Amino acid sequence: MRFINVIKVALRALRRSAMRSILTALGIIIGVAAVIAMVSIGNGAKSQVEASIASLGQNIISVFPGSAKTGGMYGGWGSASSLTVDEALTIRREISGIVAVSPEMRDRQQVLANGLNWNSSVNGEDVTYLDIRLWTIAEGEMFTEGDVNSAAKVCVIGQTVVAKLFPDGDPVGRSLRIRNLPFKIIGVLKAKGFNYFGSDQDDVVIIPYTSHIKRIARRPNLNSIIIQAESPDQMTRIQQDVTDLLQQRRNGRDPDFTVRNQQELAEAATATTKTMTVLLGAIAGVSLIVGGIGIMNIMLVSVTERTREIGIRLAVGAHGRDVLTQFLVEAIILSVMGGTLGILLGVGSSQLISRLNGWPVLISTSAIFGAVAFSAAIGVFFGFYPARKAAQLDPIEALRYE
Amino acid sequence: MSHVVQLEDIHKTYESGEVPVLAVQGVTLTITGGEFVAIMGASGSGKSTLMNLLGCLDRPTRGRYLLGGTDVSNLDRNELADLRNQKLGFIFQGFNLLSRTTALENVELPMLYGRRHFSTREIRERARQSLDIVGLSNRADHFPSQLSGGQQQRVAIARALINEPQILLADEPTGNLDSKTSVEIMGVFQKLNAQGITVVMVTHELDIAHYCKRNLIMRDGRLVSDTPVVDRLVATEQMQRIVTAETDAKLIA
Repeated sequence: MRFINVIKVALRALRRSAMRSILTALGIIIGVAAVIAMVSIGNGAKSQVEASIASLGQNIISVFPGSAKTGGMYGGWGSASSLTVDEALTIRREISGIVAVSPEMRDRQQVLANGLNWNSSVNGEDVTYLDIRLWTIAEGEMFTEGDVNSAAKVCVIGQTVVAKLFPDGDPVGRSLRIRNLPFKIIGVLKAKGFNYFGSDQDDVVIIPYTSHIKRIARRPNLNSIIIQAESPDQMTRIQQDVTDLLQQRRNGRDPDFTVRNQQELAEAATATTKTMTVLLGAIAGVSLIVGGIGIMNIMLVSVTERTREIGIRLAVGAHGRDVLTQFLVEAIILSVMGGTLGILLGVGSSQLISRLNGWPVLISTSAIFGAVAFSAAIGVFFGFYPARKAAQLDPIEALRYE
Repeated sequence: MSHVVQLEDIHKTYESGEVPVLAVQGVTLTITGGEFVAIMGASGSGKSTLMNLLGCLDRPTRGRYLLGGTDVSNLDRNELADLRNQKLGFIFQGFNLLSRTTALENVELPMLYGRRHFSTREIRERARQSLDIVGLSNRADHFPSQLSGGQQQRVAIARALINEPQILLADEPTGNLDSKTSVEIMGVFQKLNAQGITVVMVTHELDIAHYCKRNLIMRDGRLVSDTPVVDRLVATEQMQRIVTAETDAKLIA
């Protein structure tokens, strides 16, 4: 039998019991829609987390001081004062594959300007800091290598600081006071918003790290060293090199520092959402399988109902294969139709969810293709048994069936 | 005339139950081209089983069946299906038309399953010709439910004819019809037989058998009688008589 006729016959049979066909397809429709919606929501959440991780900067390795031990009592990570500028410079000099290194000093200080004051994070950084953090200047400019070398009293400030101290705007060229020292504002940073951990990244005053050490913190030890690697695949190696180098300088003492890889953080953060996506997708997948069983059920009923028809077809010369194909095509049409409608419903409902809840939703084409392929596979898989049952009927028995 | 059907000591035993059923026990029979045979017998005599064997719906347990000179006793399922499609035309007691499918599409059905592929137009045309032979071309687009019993059976005959079979096999073709319609259907068979088509039918009605040329009687799986029909009825004459009788009845009433 020609394939076009097979499809015609199948469509006619499905139309004959239209209501039943629709209800059967509904199982697949809901299954596919659920898979697409769940995966889209999961992917949306994942991309949001990834974006906020990426805003921290790319390929970043951080070195923190270890814990200090005072009279047998350990402080937490960072309580030791063990990292020095010299170490930061050595890392930059001796380890390959590094784009930039920024020694970092952090302090919370009262900042005064314009007759107003604000407690902000005053960070001492290198000139490369903004590049590392993928941050840009909105107005004015970043301080220079010369400013770092001369421990100049200059600063760039974040949008929150602008809002608190310069409500009228236009702070570039004016100055603010930290610890009673005037710092000239030479640049304003673009807004960056809250980071993944919920702190306001715009509430910051950035000054050269040399100025910070000399004039603000007045201590030689760094809060951290930020290292940017050339590419993600070098990170593990660089992390190891940095660890080795610092350990070497400590001459066999216990390591009083820790080297962290940003990828670890990113992986930990995305692992949660990935688990969530897989979980949601799997639950939706179960409903898809239930839909498939619905198809099998209806096809079995259909084969029984149409025993006589099958008998007639066999009697006039249909091969078992013709009957098998016919029922299989019917099942596949049902499931693919369900799949197609399911895509529309899935895409529509995920858009609706994103609209209503303000969640980011990322409709993945792979989920769509996967769902269609899967629904066709369900048609074949769950349609095969009933179809084979029909094909193996004995023509005499089938004709006698009432 | 050539031998269309040759049965040589055909046996059919059903082993499904506890006791084997010997449905057909050694039937030897030759049917030549252009014959019009009625097989008669009480229920359980094995006539339907013999019909299924003749129709290649079933295989004999023992014996040889030559259809048009080729041995078909040991063919597989698909080969038998092709034989049914190409060389045999079936007519059933219950018509066995596909419901919710037009008369024309019902007639087309065997051509769709043929090993040769025809164009849709060709199939349609042949189906129309076939319906024309049984005088139903004006009902081509009707569904079986919109047709009378006699018309449905004529659609079934048209379906049996579409692949130009060597032999028409009819299993109680008038069993579900009233006597007037039965005569009408026998008229169609007589007309087809006059054109040279071999017809074999099963019936338990003696008067229906009288429209045929040769009567076989079966009992307990064996052929017990094989006689030519002497005073053969002609459907057109009988029809005339019925119509006259009806008119008379109306006049009296």
